[in-house]
Amino acid sequence: MKKLVVIGAGMASGRALEHLFEADPAAYEVTLFNAEPRGNYNRIMLSPVLSGEKSYEEIVTHDDAWYAANKVTCRFGERVTAIDLARKVVVGTEGEVAYDKLLVATGSAPFIIPVPGKDLPGVVAYRDLEDTNAMIEAAKPGARAVVIGGGLLGLEAAAGLRLRGMEVTVVHLMGHLMERQLDEAAGYLLRKDLEKRGITILTNASTKAIIGSGRVEGVQLDDGRTISADLVVMAVGIRPETTIARAAGLEVARGIVVTPQMVTSDPDVLALGECVEFQGQLFGLVAPLYDQAKVVAATLTGKGASFAPKELSTKLKVTGCDLFSAGDFSEGSNREDIVLRDPARGVYRRVVLEGDHVIGAVMYGDTAEGSWFFDLIRDKADVSAMRDTLIFGQAYQGGSPLDPMAAVAALPDEAEICGCNGVCKGTIVAAVKDKGLTTLEEVRAVTKASASCGQCTAKVEQVLAVTLGDAFKGSARKTMCKCTDLTHGEVREFIRSKSLKSIPAVMQELGWKTSCGCASCRPALNYYLVCDFPEEYQDDGRSRFVNERLHANIQKDGTFSVVPRMWGGLTTAAELKAIGEIAEKHQVPLVKMTGGQRVDFLGIPKERLTAIWKDLNDAGMVSGHAYSKGLRTVKTCVGKSWCRFGTQDSMGLGVKLEKLMCGSWTPAKVKLAVSGCPRNCSEATVKDIGVICVDSGYDIHVSGAAGLHVRATDLLCHVDTEEEALEVSAAVLQMYREDAFYLERVYKWTERVGLDTVKAAIVDDPASRRAYHERFLVSQKVAQVDPWAERVAGLEAQEFTPIVIEPRLAAE
Amino acid sequence: MSDAIWYVIGSLADIPARGARTVRIEGLEIAVFRTADDHVFALENRCPHKGGPLADGIVHGRKVACPLHNWVIDLESGRATGADEGCAVEYPVRVDAGEIRLCVPAARAAAE
Ligand code: SRM
Ligand SMILES: Cc1cc2nc3c(=O)[nH]c(=O)nc-3n(C[C@H](O)[C@H](O)[C@H](O)COP(=O)(O)OP(=O)(O)OC[C@H]3O[C@@H](n4cnc5c(N)ncnc54)[C@H](O)[C@@H]3O)c2cc1C
Ligand code: SF4
Ligand code: FES
Repeated sequence: MKKLVVIGAGMASGRALEHLFEADPAAYEVTLFNAEPRGNYNRIMLSPVLSGEKSYEEIVTHDDAWYAANKVTCRFGERVTAIDLARKVVVGTEGEVAYDKLLVATGSAPFIIPVPGKDLPGVVAYRDLEDTNAMIEAAKPGARAVVIGGGLLGLEAAAGLRLRGMEVTVVHLMGHLMERQLDEAAGYLLRKDLEKRGITILTNASTKAIIGSGRVEGVQLDDGRTISADLVVMAVGIRPETTIARAAGLEVARGIVVTPQMVTSDPDVLALGECVEFQGQLFGLVAPLYDQAKVVAATLTGKGASFAPKELSTKLKVTGCDLFSAGDFSEGSNREDIVLRDPARGVYRRVVLEGDHVIGAVMYGDTAEGSWFFDLIRDKADVSAMRDTLIFGQAYQGGSPLDPMAAVAALPDEAEICGCNGVCKGTIVAAVKDKGLTTLEEVRAVTKASASCGQCTAKVEQVLAVTLGDAFKGSARKTMCKCTDLTHGEVREFIRSKSLKSIPAVMQELGWKTSCGCASCRPALNYYLVCDFPEEYQDDGRSRFVNERLHANIQKDGTFSVVPRMWGGLTTAAELKAIGEIAEKHQVPLVKMTGGQRVDFLGIPKERLTAIWKDLNDAGMVSGHAYSKGLRTVKTCVGKSWCRFGTQDSMGLGVKLEKLMCGSWTPAKVKLAVSGCPRNCSEATVKDIGVICVDSGYDIHVSGAAGLHVRATDLLCHVDTEEEALEVSAAVLQMYREDAFYLERVYKWTERVGLDTVKAAIVDDPASRRAYHERFLVSQKVAQVDPWAERVAGLEAQEFTPIVIEPRLAAE
Repeated sequence: MSDAIWYVIGSLADIPARGARTVRIEGLEIAVFRTADDHVFALENRCPHKGGPLADGIVHGRKVACPLHNWVIDLESGRATGADEGCAVEYPVRVDAGEIRLCVPAARAAAE
């Protein structure tokens, strides 16, 4: 009999041996090494062991009797330290064994991030029974665990530890959980489910150090936060275990390189499992390993077989978190997304098509159709005939596709249209007929249909159209973008009424039709959230246009302009000197006075921005926000202090207004001016908010513009004191911030809602004015930071520095 | 040997997700993009419209919106999408064990 030596008694080699003994029980005399002091068990079931749903005994796949029956010499608890390819022997810690054929199945090792404290007692990985037992040991109710890594393993660990009563925090580097398998939308739902069971999730969180003296006490993050912990689980990834293979001289890239027959660079050595690399690909799930196991058995018994990787699907083994992901679900120009969301049930389903084929699918909440979609992906099935109904799943196929109007017309009266409020078609039809309703807004007010998440808006409108027939006026509604049927106003209302505090939350709960929005809705949503939840929302720079991301205006040649604030258009000799010196030092190509009473440096390359900002900061100047949908300038004229006609201190008020409002984010840019008398030298009557000083006080104007449209302001009110002028201006700005649609300037907003509405809220109702003013101050507490100073101090340094390559060649 | 040179330009973490970095190699300026799902693409950092720096655009899906006039460029092909026509030169790029490798044709690198 020939001798087969196997290194590693894991899931892959276990399956390979089964196939081998089935094919030819007499072909080999097998010696099986395993570093773990036990034989093969079902590693993927460690999570149920951790959570207490299963015992170790229940997950053993090959027991002593099996090894005995197949005459396997077991050397468990013995690590192989070397392979001698020339002599064809394997060296274990307790001696050598000769082989005719060798099978390397060493699996992989958990990746440990190289941070200080990683070796402290109480820090564990999640790979084998020892790790699992260490966690169970530490899991005293009330004790605290931090799991580093929000992928499959990390979340299973977190859920298991939570079930054992621990306080669990997951620290995840990326923006959403399981980013390799899930898109943002599904990641949001998963997070929500995990938070519901009491797990704290921190995303965009990078671990700086594990702290503790003698034993782990906590985890410190890059942003300075520290989370206390009695146990830290590192589940950030795996690396193929290739140490002995590499040392023996086998070809190893990231994993041990194998042929389609699972043979390594040495013809007598085979390899399989997580330790191998096949055509550049690594493996981390069991399905492909089982395919490899069949090929290994065939190769060892002289039968021809080839391994070919197939599409994979993923599930998470956490009870109650139903997710499914398969294939390639990234967007692409020749790809089409079909998205189905059911906010009421927490369901998200997305199918990615390329041409007539499904190439990927992500689903959350209801994964019953997962295997059907998975089959479509694997079979590369032509789905052109069922495109319109594909997303609903297998049960909906076969009927002929209807156009949406005909489909709605064909619905019976008891068909439910609005799931949230349980409104059926008949109710809407009756309301339209009996009450003479003609618009969606009226239907919504009377029946409550589409009043909760808005996702059925299009359907409700179709019912209205079908009912009214020719009398239907068509929709005057302007939806936000192609991603939703809702208007800006509706989205703003829902964000508040449902307290939606993140972009994925808005998209899921309002049934967005795309998975992650587009370049038009993302900046709008980001603004709405910044405005409504100033103290809670984490600004998403990636949903901002370059100017707001880099805090400078991009120019036609890709350089930037730098405009520091000059409060109220005032400057000093010292400031001008500093500006001159800085311009000279940095060889600024052009220095210009802007139309906004301040200085502009033009032609600055991106990588010079922070250096210039630093010098400006050092000279006492801050960002002028010339780039933002926010407060730009407050122009002033000289006013009473100097001018023979001046009635009030227009410069002083201008400076106060600018100091009060600078830094605020607004729907569109906002410009102010204060003129000392009605001669209006600072052009206050073409500004978003303009103050004209008069003998008796201050006339406050709004809704001017002098850009694409030239429009003179309307008088909002007269106030007697400077204090009131400041309060009214801030209150009106806040009302605009809360009420306007993204990119709608003040004049467009007041034209839409009516100046009287603004007067009623700001002028006639002092309590309401004070409330707006108060809310403005709250949001300014967070917004009034100098973005330049923050970046000079190192924030987002990556954004400003190109990668410059000294020709350092990669290995050829 | 092939006449293409693979340069190591850094690790995946050096590029913000849904963002890009400018890479300068041998006189070339290349925008290296990283999508939300960690795919990496490399295009010449010049919009086919009027030369806008694509690395500064908003990355959505596998597309980038040019910061200057909002042309939308497909990251996979470098081609302008929609009604616009034009194409930015694309460069082969791959991620190996977290390291990003970018391929610049040797002739081109030497010539410039
Ligand atoms: C620099 C400056 C011109 C100058 O050299 O004087 C300027 C430059 C630009 N203006 Fe302006 N505007 C400048 C004062 C004005 C003014 C005059 C004013 O503020 O008193 C107006 C008319 C007043 C108004 O806004 O109603 C003005 C009306 C516009 C408009 C039209 C806005 C509209 O709603 O109709 C745009 C286009 C836009 O914003 O979409 C615009 C857009 C721009 C942009 C941002 C174009 C762009 O998107 O790249 C220019 C940026 C250049 C840069 O990098 O700085 N700029 N722009 C002025 C900067 C003022 C400052 O200190 O911040
Ligand atoms: C907690 C957990 C949950 C998982 N859940 C899933 C899931 O739901 N679905 C899924 O598809 N996959 C899951 N996986 C992944 C799956 O378990 C692995 O893909 C699979 O176990 C890999 O099999 P393998 O035989 O290559 O390696 P392993 O099963 O790791 O076996 C390798 C064995 O080799 C031994 N060894 C290593 N070096 C030596 C040496 N020098 N000498 C002797 N012995 C050595 C090791 O001790 C180990 O026992 C999970 C993994 C874990 C840890
Ligand atoms: S008017 Fe404004 S937008 Fe037009 S060219 Fe001049 S600076 Fe640019
Ligand atoms: S330069 Fe890119 S869109 Fe004009």
